[in-house]
Amino acid sequence: MAADPIIQLRGVTKTYGAGATAFQALKGIDLHVEAGDFVAVMGPSGSGKSTAMNILGCLDVPTGGSFRFKGVSVERLDRDQRALLRRRYLGFVFQGFNLLARTSALENVELPLLYRGEDKAKRRELAMAALDKVGLTQWWDHTPAELSGGQQQRVAIARAIVTSPDVLLADEPTGNLDTRTSVEIMELLTGLNRDAGITVLMVTHEPEMAEYARTIVHFRDGLVEKVEQVGAGVPA
Amino acid sequence: MFFTTVILAIREIRRHLLRSFLTVLGIVIGVAAVVTMVTLGQGATAAVTEQISSLGANILQIRPGQGFGRGGGGAQAPDFDMGDVDAIQQQIAGVRAVAPQAQSSALAVRNAANWQTTVAGTTSQFFVAQQWELTDGRIWTPAEEQAGKAVCIIGNTVRQNLFPRTDPVGQRFRVRDVACEVIGTLASRGQGGFQDQDDTVIMPIKAVQRRFTGNRDIRFIMVAVDEAYETSSVQASIEQLLRQRRNIGPGEQDNFNIFDTRQISETLQGTTRILTAVMGAVAAVSLIVGGIGIMNIMLVSVTERTREIGIRLAIGAVAGEVLMQFLVEAVVLACLGGLIGLVLALVATLIMAPLIQVPFLFDPQINLVAFSVSALIGIVFGYFPARRAASLNPIDALRHE
Repeated sequence: MAADPIIQLRGVTKTYGAGATAFQALKGIDLHVEAGDFVAVMGPSGSGKSTAMNILGCLDVPTGGSFRFKGVSVERLDRDQRALLRRRYLGFVFQGFNLLARTSALENVELPLLYRGEDKAKRRELAMAALDKVGLTQWWDHTPAELSGGQQQRVAIARAIVTSPDVLLADEPTGNLDTRTSVEIMELLTGLNRDAGITVLMVTHEPEMAEYARTIVHFRDGLVEKVEQVGAGVPA
Repeated sequence: MFFTTVILAIREIRRHLLRSFLTVLGIVIGVAAVVTMVTLGQGATAAVTEQISSLGANILQIRPGQGFGRGGGGAQAPDFDMGDVDAIQQQIAGVRAVAPQAQSSALAVRNAANWQTTVAGTTSQFFVAQQWELTDGRIWTPAEEQAGKAVCIIGNTVRQNLFPRTDPVGQRFRVRDVACEVIGTLASRGQGGFQDQDDTVIMPIKAVQRRFTGNRDIRFIMVAVDEAYETSSVQASIEQLLRQRRNIGPGEQDNFNIFDTRQISETLQGTTRILTAVMGAVAAVSLIVGGIGIMNIMLVSVTERTREIGIRLAIGAVAGEVLMQFLVEAVVLACLGGLIGLVLALVATLIMAPLIQVPFLFDPQINLVAFSVSALIGIVFGYFPARRAASLNPIDALRHE
């Protein structure tokens, strides 16, 4: 089991629409991601990287091919089964932070735990621990409007890791942040990957952010153009 | 998990306090209107019942003609006479008391005070039939009744108007041209049916016939039925007897009518009940409108919170949980509205009941029903928006601006 990649795409295609207006966003992707890897996904707009991320995040299903996540064929799962998969194994960080407005940092971080059915004390404990990991303990009762962009993204990261997921999917996590804050966020993600062993999949436009990854996957025209090993390499 | 959902819903409602209040305003008004109407209606029914029963239980009222006071069957229906009264008394089983009545309206005068009232002539049986007690004095003796002496027993209203500060018993006053002596005063009965029962001067029937009506006719006979007998069968026997005495041939219509006070009471109760139901139904329409209001705002809320729904779905909420969240929110809102409505109704009925002179009767049943209906409305009208929220695609929802 340990030798199996955590994510395995084989000949994955995705077509939107049907007939004459059909658009093929993915034209046959093969990709392996080993557990504990830090993967940056790059490519121009319309290259299919967002579609691939939606499929990797189990938010969408491929039209063709197979997607095995921890050995499970995701394309065979229904909507609710995929939701349960996300709940158990995945964490999401978005470009636009996507925190609940008028809701404290702590409540935002607690949100995934609610769906896990954790009791109040446990939720608080885990959420405070996650906020501690992103260095925002003293900001726990602030709403997103009272936090800077970087702080909001940290809250979002805390929310993503509060359930101790296997995989963290980050969709341009630094896209809305200035360079200095972006570096902080990247260091945070690198630390989580290194210390907690969370597999990180990150879409980015910025080459300097991609340099934090070990593996860079380049997309072009719905295909994987090349896979680069840049860091210390895939851990055994 | 359900408890958590309720907590979340309350949190969400608190976050949008004004919007939430406006959302449930329809329910608040609907519940308040229904409960107020029904509570007041039931108070009115109780008031009518009480007034009717103050006329006396198991009383049959016999009048000439068909219907109230109108001559029926072509020619003017003849009045009754003492022979009829005696016949009923002697020949009908189950009669506790029979009291004839001859009435006239007259001006009562004492010193400078005068008062327009009703003079009723009857026999001492009247007090038995009506179970009406004197507060002071005595009823006339058989000798006085036989002689038709001008002695009278006065009701409370007459007493207050003619003898405001003195004890009337033993005093004299004039009714029309007749000087009469007060020998007793009646206990107060208040409003009965639709008139003030206390506004009366009661004399032996012969005195009234001789000095006021000028004939020996009896316009009205009151029969008190013994508790042990069925009122309707006594009524039937009396009808048969009177048909005989009044020479009504078979197939001809009665030229008199017998009213059962209980029947009147039941009819009136039925009427007020129907009125209550109609008013309640009208008010219920506003409850439905309130439900549509909830649906409206919940639909807006789903659109407004599309991104939030996207986040929830992305972090692993299953469709059922999102559905439950919005449904619970709608139901909690509706229930809160219902509660506010109940409080409002309580305040409104407490204020209005004395104004329209009906007793305040708290009915837990209608409160419970109204509350349950508001919860039901929350479920019914919350379901559609909730299902819409649950069926959103997480990718589209997250991209929603």
